[in-house]
Amino acid sequence: MTKKLKAAIIGPGNIGTDLLMKMMRSDWIEPVWMVGIDPESEGLKRAKEMGLKVSSTGVDGILEHVLNDDIRIAFDATSAYVHAENSRKLNELGVIMIDLTPAAIGPYCVPPVNLKEHAQSQVQNVNMVTCGGQATIPMVAAISGVQEVDYAEIIATVSSRSVGPGTRQNIDEFTRTTASAVEKIGQAKEGKAIIIINPAEPPLMMRDTVHCLTVEEPNRDAITESVHAMVAEVQKYVPGYKLVNGPVFDGNKVSVFMEVEGLGDFLPTYAGNLDIMTAAALRTAELFAEEAFFDRLTLPKRGA
Amino acid sequence: MNLNNKHVMLHDMSLRDGMHAKRHQISLDEMVAIATGLDNAGMPLIEVTHGDGLGGTSLNYGFPAHSDEEYLKAVVPKMKQAKISALLLPGIGTVDHLKMARDCGVSTIRVATHCTEADVSQQHISASAKMGLDTVGFLMMAHMASPEKMLEQAKLMESYGANCIYCTDSAGYMLPDQVTEKVSLLRAELSPNTEIGFHGHHNMGMAIANSLAAIEAGAHRIDGSVAGLGAGAGNTPLEVLVAVLERMGANHGIDLYKIMDVAEDIVVPMMDQPIRVDRDALTLGYAGVYSSFLLFAQRAQQKYGISARDILVELGKRGTVGGQEDMIEDLALTMAKEKGLI
Repeated sequence: MTKKLKAAIIGPGNIGTDLLMKMMRSDWIEPVWMVGIDPESEGLKRAKEMGLKVSSTGVDGILEHVLNDDIRIAFDATSAYVHAENSRKLNELGVIMIDLTPAAIGPYCVPPVNLKEHAQSQVQNVNMVTCGGQATIPMVAAISGVQEVDYAEIIATVSSRSVGPGTRQNIDEFTRTTASAVEKIGQAKEGKAIIIINPAEPPLMMRDTVHCLTVEEPNRDAITESVHAMVAEVQKYVPGYKLVNGPVFDGNKVSVFMEVEGLGDFLPTYAGNLDIMTAAALRTAELFAEEAFFDRLTLPKRGA
Repeated sequence: MNLNNKHVMLHDMSLRDGMHAKRHQISLDEMVAIATGLDNAGMPLIEVTHGDGLGGTSLNYGFPAHSDEEYLKAVVPKMKQAKISALLLPGIGTVDHLKMARDCGVSTIRVATHCTEADVSQQHISASAKMGLDTVGFLMMAHMASPEKMLEQAKLMESYGANCIYCTDSAGYMLPDQVTEKVSLLRAELSPNTEIGFHGHHNMGMAIANSLAAIEAGAHRIDGSVAGLGAGAGNTPLEVLVAVLERMGANHGIDLYKIMDVAEDIVVPMMDQPIRVDRDALTLGYAGVYSSFLLFAQRAQQKYGISARDILVELGKRGTVGGQEDMIEDLALTMAKEKGLI
């Protein structure tokens, strides 16, 4: 058996294409199919040029190929509305689903915080929260790892050019899913998420602010150390993840100001929001592949 | 300028935009007193929400003295003729908040986006229109888009179900000619059934002049606030606008002396600071910066020793938009580091 797991990407938009470009460099994941719904779409054409098999009839178009092509993992970069059906159809065939929509039918995954847990369970669907969640929840977790956090709030500011139609039509799902993951994965008793879309030209780099209210007076040294350690963890898969200011302490409020510069794979480097999402999803899949290769994880049985 | 017999519908902002100037700390009693006074003066529509709209309660914008629900439930039942509106910014509030406001009895939902990002408002405008509410699309920071871009964005909001579109001068940057140009194009190209509105700020001292220009160009709804209680140098002071409209023979339906009394007897005494075109508020208008940044920049000045004016000018250069309050402290920290102050 080769060590690479074969994969399908659903949704050839900004996220799907950026993911594909990163996957081409992966030692653990091999992209085989790109799935869209418009045969004329730029994204499908690009994927074909890059050597992928393409379907323009949605997930239904690849179901009969899943077993023959040994597809083990799928990435859904469509929308919250169609994800559940995509996931059900592919899970039935024994394909693990990595959900990049805010549908969140599976457990949330923020790699530096809880990826290891998922790799040890037999989970069939993991949700990557949102770009804002991936950029900020590690910071919330870094603070809540030191002491109890009553309330955490994140503000994600992204450039207009980096926000596709899916996110725009589902902006409520973005704020709800991110706030919920701030609570569940960030371990804040109450979470709140705000997203701002900025149209400035040249486009601004993704910016993220995290505010936490700790129950007791914050332990400044421990929190500062924990924040720096977590930044280093995220930098392992998003090198442009940067602490701009903070942690700043004001009473029980701890504030951290981040900037996320992308690798510039599909969209230019300002679109760090795209990178942090696709890099987190790929890292998740790679860990599954690694664990399967070393027999620490049993892949779902193939349907007959 | 001839506004004789023009019909104008005024919309008071003191209990929403005014929340910025009061750090969202208006008490329930103050809300009810102002709203009741405005109702008696004939104000047809009054906005009641956190300054940053439904769900605006946050560390970023400020925790309010009471929840949106508490404010709405206190004010709505007391109104004899006035209707109550609520503001919602997609990305901050959600359709859940909108439903709560509907259940509290608001008649009008205003969905606000930056003037180039109208397509984030589809969920909320459609939901509001489906509930049968008076639904307004509110295009903020209108000075940052060309008239043609504004029109394109207004048409999106109209297509989602908005029955009124606002040209919103959030920075108080616009001059009357620019208002005329934008409002005229919207009036000419949107459906005749779609109303046009204008929301001004007084940062360059142009709020009254801009409102008149908007009315002349075809706007029917005009925002303002009693005693100007609003972000920056405040909104168009309504008692002043009413007096001007009265002199011009426009049809506004407000009792001038009653609204003057609400301004002088209730609102001015509760101001935490004079709301006027001071150095920093003027900078907002001059540099084209979102009006609610004012008090945050002044607080950053106190905390980090960087002048609020320098912070605001830099924020203008960077093209910041409404809601980016977090950038103020971030920028102040960076400037303080550069100057070796921290």
